[in-house]
Amino acid sequence: MLYREAGQFKTSYGSDQAIFPILQDRVGIAVILLVAYLLPLTKNDFLLNAMMIPFLVFSLAAIGLNIMTGYAGLLSLGTGAFMGVGAYACYKLTTYFPNVNIIIWIVASGFFAALVGAVFGLPSLRIKGFYLAVATLAAQFFLEWCFIRIPWLYNYNVSAAIEVPTRTLFAIPITGPTATAETRYLIVLTILVVMTWMASNLVHGRIGRMWMSVRDMDIAAELMGIRLLPTKLLAFAVSSFYCGVAGAIMVFLWYGGAESTVFSINQSFFVLFMVIIGGLGSLLGSYLGAALIFMLPIILRSVPPQLGIPVHADTVEHITFMIVGALIVFLLIVEPNGLARLWQIGKQKLRVWPFPY
Amino acid sequence: MHIEGSALDLLYKILLDPFVQMAAAPDLLAQTLWEGLVGGVLYALIALGFVLIFKASGVFNFAQGIMVVFAALTLVGLHARGVPAFLALAITIVVMFVLAFAVERLVLRPLVNQPDIILFMATFGLTYFLIGFGELVFGGDPKVMITEQLYLPRGAINIKALGGLITVQKLDIAAAIIASIMVAGLSIFFSRTRIGRALRAVADSHKAALSVGISLEQIWVIVWFAAGLVALVTGIMWGARSDVSFALEVIALKALPVLILGGLTSIPGAIVGGLIIGVGEKLGEFYWGPLVGGGTDSWFAFAIALIFLLFWPHGLFGEKIIERV
Repeated sequence: MLYREAGQFKTSYGSDQAIFPILQDRVGIAVILLVAYLLPLTKNDFLLNAMMIPFLVFSLAAIGLNIMTGYAGLLSLGTGAFMGVGAYACYKLTTYFPNVNIIIWIVASGFFAALVGAVFGLPSLRIKGFYLAVATLAAQFFLEWCFIRIPWLYNYNVSAAIEVPTRTLFAIPITGPTATAETRYLIVLTILVVMTWMASNLVHGRIGRMWMSVRDMDIAAELMGIRLLPTKLLAFAVSSFYCGVAGAIMVFLWYGGAESTVFSINQSFFVLFMVIIGGLGSLLGSYLGAALIFMLPIILRSVPPQLGIPVHADTVEHITFMIVGALIVFLLIVEPNGLARLWQIGKQKLRVWPFPY
Repeated sequence: MHIEGSALDLLYKILLDPFVQMAAAPDLLAQTLWEGLVGGVLYALIALGFVLIFKASGVFNFAQGIMVVFAALTLVGLHARGVPAFLALAITIVVMFVLAFAVERLVLRPLVNQPDIILFMATFGLTYFLIGFGELVFGGDPKVMITEQLYLPRGAINIKALGGLITVQKLDIAAAIIASIMVAGLSIFFSRTRIGRALRAVADSHKAALSVGISLEQIWVIVWFAAGLVALVTGIMWGARSDVSFALEVIALKALPVLILGGLTSIPGAIVGGLIIGVGEKLGEFYWGPLVGGGTDSWFAFAIALIFLLFWPHGLFGEKIIERV
């Protein structure tokens, strides 16, 4: 690192337990946030629409899944469906109450997803590991079926899809076809920053410790007085809340309309891979994983043509699958804690450089 | 009064009407049962591959369904490039062996002693790798299985019974016979041969097996190869019923509820579970499906599994793992 913690003395417990104990780290975070908020000034629609917004949406979903799988140790394959619950709930809410601000409904739709998540989390008291994964698969397929077979959910549209209406904030359209990429980006970014901050507080606090103790050894956790069912259900609910909000944002602020296929099992795997590659049990990892998995196809699509190698779109997709698959196996072997752990190791190495220890 | 009437009506439709229909048209019932059984055989075969691997290496192999598609795709793809059918079959068997060897070397051995869930997730990676690899080499478009070249029977037999016609595909009968032969062969292999006994020893205890000089690595390769062969047979049967493409992947996931139902470690469990799920989902879709708008077979199997999980977490034939949670 270009900086060390030398000379920064901690004089209170609060500063000792701070998430960013070093001044330079705090400055770094502030700079990253500032850059993120100034990004719309570039007026680059491709950058905002095709890269940054999806990246932020997937980061949010990955944080949601990370809370469940990384922190509470409950493997879930139903992320896609929980995202769908959020999207459809938001759509119904804004249909019935069009005058209430859409941002309120985006957040509120998370609560519907949380409720559904908690219901499907009930079996988690009796089963765990891959048995639970199968139970969440049941949620995935059942909810996906609901999205197709219950026309009420998509307002009996002929297209059987969510069609996002135009909604405004201070008379500026933020959803629908007239909303600019800049406004949508800023709203997604703000929601993500607030929710990351909340997630960070959750996992560093009492609840997060409860989750982690259940993850590490449920019997020991129970002996220490942690009630398993409420803890696991809370993990399901909070995780589904995040996924639901991510789903609502995805449809309302990115796609502008979506069919049920968007919330298929592949979406669940996509998010799960972000979490595994990024790092189980790490918020930073959720971002890193989302960035890597999302950027990989884009890089594969754009780099070879510039080197003069023509690549077919299908081939790119196939190679992406192969690389993602191989990367998962590779990372599980080399570093089961993912990119976040690699980042930590790198930081530590730089901190003590030029000495090995 | 009206509400009461409609509630009674609904109850009647759920509880009585399907059975009245069953009794009224026994030929339809028999047809549905047969189709369910045939679907169940295929689920059972996928589940069988899972169980083989789980017993021997403790790995919950999520990629088994993809191995089915991969094997079928290799076979069809090779044939499409001008390789004679049976030579293609032989090459596919070799490919499955290479796959088993590679999986043992590159995935299992470095991950030895890791928690089960890590290995489980590693098989997700394997799944995606195989999808990408298969589509890259052979193309992603659906293909037709080479049934004639492999001398598999085609066409249907109509049986006059129960006051109607029951249509039975010859291919399905062949599938059932081949599946039975394979299961019988596997059980003889397990109980009578030296390698089979070593496999069972490894399934009982890795450490004890190691201490009497059984090579774990060798056993893993054999067991993944056996699962690969089961996958190949399943792939041929399945491909003959529909197209060969990775769209089968979602259907292959249905082997998971089968496992839950039968228990993870039991071969008879996989077969019985497969048949129960196959018949259950066909009956459910045919008699109760219309009540909720149809298409229930996408989740019905999972719903059965979920209910089973709540009351019998070890499945019908699974080993009881005593752990109080």
